[in-house]
Amino acid sequence: MKFLRDLMDKQKPLFQKGGKLENLYYLFEAGETFLFSPNHTTGIKGAQVKDAIDLKRMMITVVIAMIPCLLFGMYNTGHQHLLATGGTAGLWENFGEKLGTGALLVLPIVIVAYAAGGLVEAIFAVIRKHPINEGFLVTGMLIPLVVPATTPLWQVALATVFAVVIAKEVFGGTGMNVLNVAMTARAFLYFAYPAQISGDQVWTYLGDAAAVDGFSGATALSVAYTAGVEGTQTVVQALAAHNTALGADLFSFGNMFIGWIPGSIGETSTLMALVGALILIATGVASWKIIVSGFAGAYIMGAVMNLLAVNEYMAMPPQYHWVMGGLAFGIVFMATDPVSAAQTETGKWIYGLLIGFLTVIIRVTNPAYPEGIMLAVLFMNVFAPLIDYYVVKANKTRRLQRATV
Amino acid sequence: MYLLDLGRFSKAHSSKTDMSKIVKLKKGFDIKLVGKANQELADFAPAQTFAIKPTDFIGLQRPKVLVNEGDTVKAGTPIMFDKAMDQVIYASPVSGEVVEIKRGEKRKLLEIKILADQTVSHENLGKADLTSLDRDALVSKIASSGIWPNIIQRPFGIVANPEDTPKAIFVSGFDTHPLAPDFGFALKGEEKYFQAGIDALAKLTTGKVHLNLDGEIPAPSVFANVNNAEINKFFGPHPAGNVGVQIHHLDPINKGELVWTVNPFGVVQIGKLLLEGVYDSSKLVALTGSELTKAAYVKTYSGACVSSFVKGNLNSGHVRVVSGNVLTGEKISLDGFLGFYHHQITVIPEGDYYEFLGWALPSKRLSFHRALGLLSFLNPKKEHVMDSNARGEERAFVQTGVFESVTPMDILPVYLLKAIMAEDFDEMEELGIYEIVEEDLALCEFVDVSKHPVQQMVRKGIELIQYS
Repeated sequence: MKFLRDLMDKQKPLFQKGGKLENLYYLFEAGETFLFSPNHTTGIKGAQVKDAIDLKRMMITVVIAMIPCLLFGMYNTGHQHLLATGGTAGLWENFGEKLGTGALLVLPIVIVAYAAGGLVEAIFAVIRKHPINEGFLVTGMLIPLVVPATTPLWQVALATVFAVVIAKEVFGGTGMNVLNVAMTARAFLYFAYPAQISGDQVWTYLGDAAAVDGFSGATALSVAYTAGVEGTQTVVQALAAHNTALGADLFSFGNMFIGWIPGSIGETSTLMALVGALILIATGVASWKIIVSGFAGAYIMGAVMNLLAVNEYMAMPPQYHWVMGGLAFGIVFMATDPVSAAQTETGKWIYGLLIGFLTVIIRVTNPAYPEGIMLAVLFMNVFAPLIDYYVVKANKTRRLQRATV
Repeated sequence: MYLLDLGRFSKAHSSKTDMSKIVKLKKGFDIKLVGKANQELADFAPAQTFAIKPTDFIGLQRPKVLVNEGDTVKAGTPIMFDKAMDQVIYASPVSGEVVEIKRGEKRKLLEIKILADQTVSHENLGKADLTSLDRDALVSKIASSGIWPNIIQRPFGIVANPEDTPKAIFVSGFDTHPLAPDFGFALKGEEKYFQAGIDALAKLTTGKVHLNLDGEIPAPSVFANVNNAEINKFFGPHPAGNVGVQIHHLDPINKGELVWTVNPFGVVQIGKLLLEGVYDSSKLVALTGSELTKAAYVKTYSGACVSSFVKGNLNSGHVRVVSGNVLTGEKISLDGFLGFYHHQITVIPEGDYYEFLGWALPSKRLSFHRALGLLSFLNPKKEHVMDSNARGEERAFVQTGVFESVTPMDILPVYLLKAIMAEDFDEMEELGIYEIVEEDLALCEFVDVSKHPVQQMVRKGIELIQYS
């Protein structure tokens, strides 16, 4: 470590004021502070000691919480590939092959997202002269997890660049953004390149192999929606009857909960999202209020739909909303982004609840978008300041009333 | 006579039981450090020099020095005053010779140093009987004695203006800051003076004098039998001992209202002024911190040079000496001077080192958080050695909800701080800037993931409002 430190100290003058590479100071700083926590000390007046936390540690905690989703996603990508191309149907058979196939598809996406995001971050740090923000550590991992494994890499790069620039840097960087950066990337892909991120053909990687007879790549959400439109059987029946070519019970509740279904890389497994939620809540990094109220909101709206049911989708048992699509992943990792979420404690309850409500409403009533969580989170990102406005106003009113009583 | 006394007694008693409040606070955080002062008096060589530092007095605008280098002074001799509030005298804490009047850039007054006599002699300021003293006479007596700067006005946390009348006066009888002195020990035997001080304060306000005690321990002798004040009990972690937090729960400050606060050492000084006719700034100061060989109390005077207590008492070489506590104190040099409002010296390791992958490796260092690798929450009773490393760099606000969980007041700290950053006066007012001073949000500065200089921001906001 001494050697690294000496190297840093030797190079430092180059990047400091007056040095040849002065303009690249923040790049150097990012590298330096990544390797070594700085030797800064507290000021003369005020807190002389500081809490051991810093933003890097907080962000890396979120990345770690996503690892279960990533690993499961890789394995499931390989698993779905083998299922669809007629390989073995056993969950744990051909373990290495599945993981290998998945890794070969998923890791390039992760690398491209990090590289593209990091590059934009670096360029902005140099031009705008601000430190490189740790937020991209999380964004770079989130984006790969919300796209299908078949997404072209150039689209991943483009979406990442778009989201980091438009959703974050134009507002001033991490902490200033209005919208969740990763969700913006997802929305960009959704509206710019719908062919590669919607429909029935993109969720399962087939490669050069031919699909087995009777294969359909539809997701549970689109099966449910179709069942709702056709009205010949309940959604649960339709899910059970679907894609028996890939083995019975593909869309059973348990299978969907664990995540052995087609979908975006990291979002299929409710279980893994809950593992992530557990890490985030135990470490106190994400708000448990948002997570709890988000799931509650989806369930409540699902139940309300049951009461008002005019089609089979509306009559679907509410707990199915929890395990279909990206709801769990979105609530755990996207809705809880502290910058774009509501920032008051009361506001967090309302914000989470409304995300749950909206997700289910969009899913069930909107024919154009089978998945509701993406738009619900973005919509509530925009509304979070309004929620906070009223919570803050209540605080001010209490103070004012106290004065006049 | 007998009847009269009985009447007074029962009245005080009933006001205690009927009116006093018990406040239980949950939010907050106790920073447990190594190096608590043992309850014993250390016999270090007495401090030789003492200083009055105008920078200690927030809100002091145009200090005018009344002595010259070479003058001899007694304890209580006027040293300077503020041209903006000329009734209030700042007096010498000891007797001796004025050896240096230190000025900085633009002749800014920094320190007035006094070399102390072996035995301190006092100016005779005259004893006074409270019953025969009207309020104005009492005010001018305290204001001209050098003790007045102990009386702090809220809002703003500045030296009170003798021309004002506060709606109430608050005295916090305990300190919950890291390694804070035990007032029960530091003020033992001062019962008579403390009571006299409280009686005087009662005369200064139209409302009540609140004495707020730590509910978790039996009341120390100095506070146990105090009359003429409403005694409230507070439970909970730091900042339960902060007078600002206590005011918020007892009788919050609204726009246009004034309250005063006095620390118990100041109350005792007022009592001594009345009963003995002197400005006696002697007090027990707690020597604390992990880097001291002997952590104990030492008897000295306000503004003492710390070198004789610290040099030769260190168990390591590279240290930071703090006048006050590690949350709100001020870094001073090894031969710096104790701040006027401080009764504690803390010595911690200096933290100017690099740490390889310091942000990622597991750490037993104290943290309010539980993020990956921060393990201190597993062992909440452990006392930590903390150094002055800044633990990361300043960033925009990201994490939410943390400041609220260490601020036991109905205040939204992040919104208030953002209003200060935006210099939005209405917003600052509406969000409660009148209710806080730096120390009330000091824990926010400690726990902040984004490492903002919260206390500095609070003062900036207060000054914006104060001078608008």
